[in-house]
Amino acid sequence: MKTLVLVEHDNTKVQDATLAVVTAASKLGEVHLLVAGHNCGAVAEAAARIAGVGKVHVADDAAYANGLAENVAPLAAALMADHDAFLAPATTQGKNVAPRVAAHLDVMQISEILSVEGPKTFTRPIYAGNAIATVESTDAKLVITVRGTAFEKAATEGGSGTIEAVSGPGDAGTSSFVSSEIAKSERPELTSAKVIVSGGRALKDAETFEATITPLADKLGAAIGASRAAVDAGYVPNDYQVGQTGKIVAPEVYFAIGISGAIQHLAGMKDSKVIIAINKDEDAPIFQVADVGLVTDLFTAVPELTAAL
Amino acid sequence: MKILVPVKRVIDYNVKPRVKADGTGVDLANVKMSMNPFDEIAVEEAIRLKEKGAGTEIVAVSIGPAKAQETLRTALAMGADRAILVETEEEVEPLAVAKILKAIADEEQPGLVILGKQSISDDSNQTGQMLAALMGRPQGTFANTVEVDGDSVVVKREVDGGLQTVKLALPAIVTTDLRLNEPRYASLPNIMKAKQKPLATKTAADYGVDLTPRLKTLKVTEPAVRQAGVKVADVAELVEKIKALGIA
Repeated sequence: MKTLVLVEHDNTKVQDATLAVVTAASKLGEVHLLVAGHNCGAVAEAAARIAGVGKVHVADDAAYANGLAENVAPLAAALMADHDAFLAPATTQGKNVAPRVAAHLDVMQISEILSVEGPKTFTRPIYAGNAIATVESTDAKLVITVRGTAFEKAATEGGSGTIEAVSGPGDAGTSSFVSSEIAKSERPELTSAKVIVSGGRALKDAETFEATITPLADKLGAAIGASRAAVDAGYVPNDYQVGQTGKIVAPEVYFAIGISGAIQHLAGMKDSKVIIAINKDEDAPIFQVADVGLVTDLFTAVPELTAAL
Repeated sequence: MKILVPVKRVIDYNVKPRVKADGTGVDLANVKMSMNPFDEIAVEEAIRLKEKGAGTEIVAVSIGPAKAQETLRTALAMGADRAILVETEEEVEPLAVAKILKAIADEEQPGLVILGKQSISDDSNQTGQMLAALMGRPQGTFANTVEVDGDSVVVKREVDGGLQTVKLALPAIVTTDLRLNEPRYASLPNIMKAKQKPLATKTAADYGVDLTPRLKTLKVTEPAVRQAGVKVADVAELVEKIKALGIA
């Protein structure tokens, strides 16, 4: 089987989310990549070095600069004439593009796969991860998004893919990029961080959240996350949200601080290797999944913990 | 400008879904059902656009069992003008839903279609994007802000790492994210009035769409259960545990 993996990138480097998709694709067959971007030569070269990659299709055109789905999907759909499966990361970018590719191909997409069980059989979470469905596709071709935390990341070096320039239909002329507000941060990315420190509604306000959570995260070199309640209350921006409707994470260690542990939140972090919870309510559901729990007032415990580490 | 708002009847978001003992699916018998929360946000956004003068008529559509009428009545009580139920007892996959919606859009010619970004039942996150592809129109997925500006719509999208703003030529498809708005509750008088609003019942065959599923569900299981660990007495003990993990 020949697979085509959509490379997630910012025109300068390959985003980590791509690496888990390469691993999933390699379980199906030969791995080809699609780099759609503008002035993205460096991305193509880095993509070709990913272990296990055969061919890298590069479409370098201003129409693909911002990854607009209206422009990228027809390009990917055309390349699918020579491929059997299209895979994209289950990131906002992958989720934006893949179903559009599926519709062009008249294929029913399989969203957020957790495992490859056979050439056309996969597992995927439904009902916010409260159930796991095993599904088999009857379509001639496959369109899949891959949950990054469910697969090992492919090595970024060791591959020797060949780079091939391709062109697509270009600008569909129906949409244009206006602007983006992407937070610049020295911290590791939430979805690839080894350690995450997350805060909940108990943090009171934006200032208290910052003053309590940030020093601990700094000490541990951790990414900062938050529950939906904390995001809705405006303590931190949207993209900090960990949970079914936010980011799905699975770090080595996850600190849940002042987070009660609503199903919605648990769905986004329950695959973390070790969960450490600090909460003053001993009946909080978070303690049912935590490996280490401390029932106490976080406002004294967290600074004390930060100082002791 | 007409606005089309598809809505789905799903298990209420406060109910914990239970997997059936025979592994064929999730038990929906005697379970409270409601409008998919992202779809409520879609209905609300359509009403706000109408209130601002950007929308003229709001048509709510649901594809599902006869009881999905209740979901449509909720949309009508919130402020939609009329409703279409495409009745089927089968489970319909996003691709088939998108095809039915495409056929309805061909008839209704909406300027905007606003959908929830995903249902909280199968969590597919596909229908809006598929509909956009089938209509050959642009999409503003995971919308945080929607502003109609003449013959285009500016959508601020929630993306990994922050926000992205795109400008789309109308007609366009928008899918809603959580923070787009807070849906209103229908008032009692509006619930009464909604009973008089028109609701047309159709079938998939009326739109020439084949509902045969493309994916076979082989089984549905409970996820692996995580065991609760230990509770420590104080910060000093917690520090020891953390040091043992080798991260500090």
